[in-house]
Amino acid sequence: MAKVTQLIHNYLRHTKKFPHVFCPGCGHGIVLGSLIRSVHAQGLSKDEIVLVAGIGCSGRIPVYVDFNTVHTTHGRALTFATGIKMANPELKVIVVMGDGDAMSIGGNHLIHAARRNIGLTTLVLNNHIYGMTGGQSSSTTPFGCYSTTTPFGQMEKEFDISEITKACGANFVARATVMQANLMDRLISTALTNPGFNMVEVITPCHTQFGRKNKYKTTVDMYKWLKKNAVPIEKYRDLSPEKQRDAVSTGVFTHNDCAGLEQKYIQMRQRIRGEI
Amino acid sequence: MATKNKKKKEKEIFALGNEAVVEGALLAGCNFYAGYPITPSTEIAEEMARRLPLLEEGVFIQMEDEIASLGSVIGASLAGRKAMTATSGPGFSLMQEHIGYACITETPLVLVNVMRAGPSTGMPTSPAQGDVQQARWGTHGDHPIIVLSAGDVQECLEMTVTAFNFSEKYRTPVILLLDEVTAHTREKITIPDPSDLYIYSRLLPSMPPEWYLPFEDNMRGVSAMPPLGSGYRYHVTGLTHDDHGYPTSKPREVESFINRIFRKIDQFFYDIQIVEEIYCQDATSCIIAYGSVGRSAELAVQMARDQGEKAGLLKLKTLFPFPRPAVEKMLRQCASVLVPEMNMGQISREVKRVNSGQSKVNTLNRIDGQIITPAEILKKLLKG
Ligand SMILES: Cc1ncc(C[n+]2csc(CCOP(=O)(O)OP(=O)(O)O)c2C)c(N)n1
Ligand code: SF4
Repeated sequence: MAKVTQLIHNYLRHTKKFPHVFCPGCGHGIVLGSLIRSVHAQGLSKDEIVLVAGIGCSGRIPVYVDFNTVHTTHGRALTFATGIKMANPELKVIVVMGDGDAMSIGGNHLIHAARRNIGLTTLVLNNHIYGMTGGQSSSTTPFGCYSTTTPFGQMEKEFDISEITKACGANFVARATVMQANLMDRLISTALTNPGFNMVEVITPCHTQFGRKNKYKTTVDMYKWLKKNAVPIEKYRDLSPEKQRDAVSTGVFTHNDCAGLEQKYIQMRQRIRGEI
Repeated sequence: MATKNKKKKEKEIFALGNEAVVEGALLAGCNFYAGYPITPSTEIAEEMARRLPLLEEGVFIQMEDEIASLGSVIGASLAGRKAMTATSGPGFSLMQEHIGYACITETPLVLVNVMRAGPSTGMPTSPAQGDVQQARWGTHGDHPIIVLSAGDVQECLEMTVTAFNFSEKYRTPVILLLDEVTAHTREKITIPDPSDLYIYSRLLPSMPPEWYLPFEDNMRGVSAMPPLGSGYRYHVTGLTHDDHGYPTSKPREVESFINRIFRKIDQFFYDIQIVEEIYCQDATSCIIAYGSVGRSAELAVQMARDQGEKAGLLKLKTLFPFPRPAVEKMLRQCASVLVPEMNMGQISREVKRVNSGQSKVNTLNRIDGQIITPAEILKKLLKG
């Protein structure tokens, strides 16, 4: 068994019956692998981690992992995570959401969590589609793309999750594709250790619900497309608007280290209680 | 919650119903509040914002909406806090999905809904009792829940303590229904000495983590609940789950799970049923009331007695599970009962449901945003 597989097995639940729910070729498992490697690299204990997820294929990730795990409601994972972090700032609270989860139904919570800059590590698994419910359009489905609810092509413009989260004041915002395992590991590691609100958006393929409707013959074609079109954010900014449309900008969008809301709250409490 | 020894540290204050809720919550050990402002519940949030940061570990947070408020209250409770929120009409509607989540994950919490006239934005500053059936059935799916009510300011304090105790004891969300009149009445109340109070906190596991099954059945139907991060790693989900907390759709596991969450409430019915009987013993006619209407009814009964009428009052403090035995007793005993409420008949339908022809059930409904006066009740009562 490869060393990395052994490592991952150490973090999976032995009481949980496999197989898992993911389709062959789904990118969600790759993100989980990266999360586990990053948790291990940062020396975090299983007991201190609370892995919170919303509803969707991405929401099924926590049940397999041997952390404290909370599978919440569609779009609202960040609200539960906010309660957990404020209640016990010692915990390392990680939130996993799909794009529909985080940006469509849960968009209000995402912008507020970023504005509050509360100490969370958030992973948004963006496959540009509603995977779990069978391929309906998301607020991130690119203009012109097909889904079961945009059978004649998406007419609305899509959201850029990372740009929005950055604009709302998050400490750390970064993006990678599942083809960039090393970059993803680095970004998630930073997101695990940096104070305040940290978000890593991962572009991940869903061939079952998105690829097939959008002219990707196989899952491999989607991975190839991601590999070819990922552009570091610094280079992306110099591209023509034409070229930008076909590119996925990756890397660090913003990186600050202001204290998170929960830390500021503790300080306020100590101040009014006359403890400092 | 008797406060017997007057030498103890009792305190008298002049408070709003909403402020008394806060006093009760703090006495019960609440140290986490998340909410979103809405009339007529806002004073609860404002008082919590002032008081909680004074506690060693107190947390107050204003969320972006009511969905988020209840979400973070559930998160805090999972992390081991005694947590609550408060809202009114429109906010209560937004909270329904998370009430179901708290039911299925058996997360203790207290939700105070100060009822105002609806539907929709309705009349934000006028009283009503229109959310009674919503409190019972608002979230989707079959689920057990505890719904309590309070009719005066002292009761606001006492029933908030009771709400926390029930939520912790039975691992369930508890909804406390006030109405605008009760919430905004200011009167003198006694804050009991904490040592006189019975305060219950959720059971923590005593076994080592490897043995712990988070949703295991036992005699009480309620399993121990460790806070997140205490070494007992387990899975929490809104999906129907087995005793490990893992999703299941096996009919046998699903059935025993749903049966258990009902059973844990049903089998302790007599602990949960709280009613007050006033002149009930020899009554030949009876009023069944709750909330601020119960207060008008109390005066109406007094006035009827003064006129030689053998009237009684059954005040319901527990609304659900519906206090059927106490109500049935009055239905058997009295030729007629009167159910006055500030809605179109949400508790009277429960009374009629359990009546099965034993008595005549009369109703008195006001839905114009005005309180029901003692005189109105008396008039209707004397008509029989
Ligand atoms: C309140 C609510 N509305 C709708 C749904 C149905 N639903 C479940 S998952 C989902 C979308 C999932 O898409 P996404 O968040 O992008 O995650 P993915 O499945 O692609 O990982 C929807 C609409 C729900 N569970 N709850
Ligand atoms: S439907 Fe898409 S997102 Fe869901 S498991 Fe399959 S490939 Fe992954």
